[in-house]
Amino acid sequence: MSLISIHVNNQAFEIEIDDRMSLADFLRNTINLTGTHLACELGVCGSCTVLVNDEPIRSCITLAASVSGMSVQTIEGFEEDSKMKVIRECFSEAHGLQCGFCTPGMLITVRDMIIRDKCKTENQIRKELSGNLCRCTGYAGIVKATELANQRINNQEDHFVGQGEI
Amino acid sequence: MKSGKVNYHSVHSIDEAITLSQTHGGNVKYIAGGQSLTPMMNLRLIFSEEIIDISKIQELKQSYFFQGRFFIGAAVTHAMIEDGKVNDPTNGYLQYVAQGIAYRGVRNKGTIGGSIVNADPSADWPTALLALGASVMIKDLTNDIETPIGQFHCGLMQTTLKESDLVKGVVVPELSKEAKWSYVKFCHKMGEFAHSIAAIVIDPNLGMFNAALGAAGDKPILLPRLSDYLKSVNISNNDFEIELNDILERDLLENINYLPSSYEFNLHRSIIKKAVMEALIK
Repeated sequence: MSLISIHVNNQAFEIEIDDRMSLADFLRNTINLTGTHLACELGVCGSCTVLVNDEPIRSCITLAASVSGMSVQTIEGFEEDSKMKVIRECFSEAHGLQCGFCTPGMLITVRDMIIRDKCKTENQIRKELSGNLCRCTGYAGIVKATELANQRINNQEDHFVGQGEI
Repeated sequence: MKSGKVNYHSVHSIDEAITLSQTHGGNVKYIAGGQSLTPMMNLRLIFSEEIIDISKIQELKQSYFFQGRFFIGAAVTHAMIEDGKVNDPTNGYLQYVAQGIAYRGVRNKGTIGGSIVNADPSADWPTALLALGASVMIKDLTNDIETPIGQFHCGLMQTTLKESDLVKGVVVPELSKEAKWSYVKFCHKMGEFAHSIAAIVIDPNLGMFNAALGAAGDKPILLPRLSDYLKSVNISNNDFEIELNDILERDLLENINYLPSSYEFNLHRSIIKKAVMEALIK
């Protein structure tokens, strides 16, 4: 057993956990944040993607004990995030989800892709998204939603820069 | 799938890691990114009672020039190399290899040291670093030992590491401006382990002419005939294609265990050929 202190969605937790517990199990079972989904538990499907210190990682193959002292952001923690708001709207508009199981991981991955400017072409989007599997095979909608979100977020930013200059 | 019972230890220096490993004697695994180790623990392919987290050791995250070469710490992640947070003394070769490894979520955690220690012949770094003539810095209790990566990998997922030894990092040469390289791999699905990897590094100023092939046997290999041929190759020569085909055929016959009629033999041949053309046209 280890005592870990961890910030999840800006809330501090100090909890004693089993050393073998994955971060995903900690999020889902210990602090009841079930928006993080578990499918393969081998780091292949990407549905358990969360941010640790602002970088997307796979929480099913990360030991909870190893992220002690770090900050974690799960899909529940993006209520105030302006980019995520746009991405969610675009996923809804462009049919970027069917059953919705892979969506939490998709949204977090897409947000990171837009921030790193990796949405220049459809090919690049498909390459960057290749680590997130959708068993409904709704990739066409997901790619379209990503393109749309990237466009809107960049336009928004241009707009703010323009206003700032005046 | 959940891992079996383990005790997790976090350490902050190399000496602390090695001493701790020795007190537990034997059944200990070092973990850095854990992108191969944790899935194997989840699948119960690995049973280790004690795991020692070395990813927080600052010394292992550093990279610097020394003695005309470049040292990359073992806990440097693929994403750090991809994003250019680590100097790239190889004209973009390391950065190109890094951006093609698995997926971003994996690259954010997976480390260069972990990749070579795992010694999967289908992984990217073992083949890429072999073509680059890199060596591995190993720390045992008292000494730093430098081993060429071709010797470090001694079999299928096997290295020369002894109990408690820890890989500090890799040392790569600084390539000159005239250097050419190419790196080609074949995957059915993007981001999966490759079915064939070919890496070519040519730097006349360093006398380096290396053609490496991965995912074709127990460990990545240098192709001797092709490497030798790269010294004198002239792409505008009329006989170039015939010569290249002949050399590739002989290299593969002598160095991998596949029949010339097999899918694998032909896959490796076409991937190497593609890599040669890319390197020479650059």
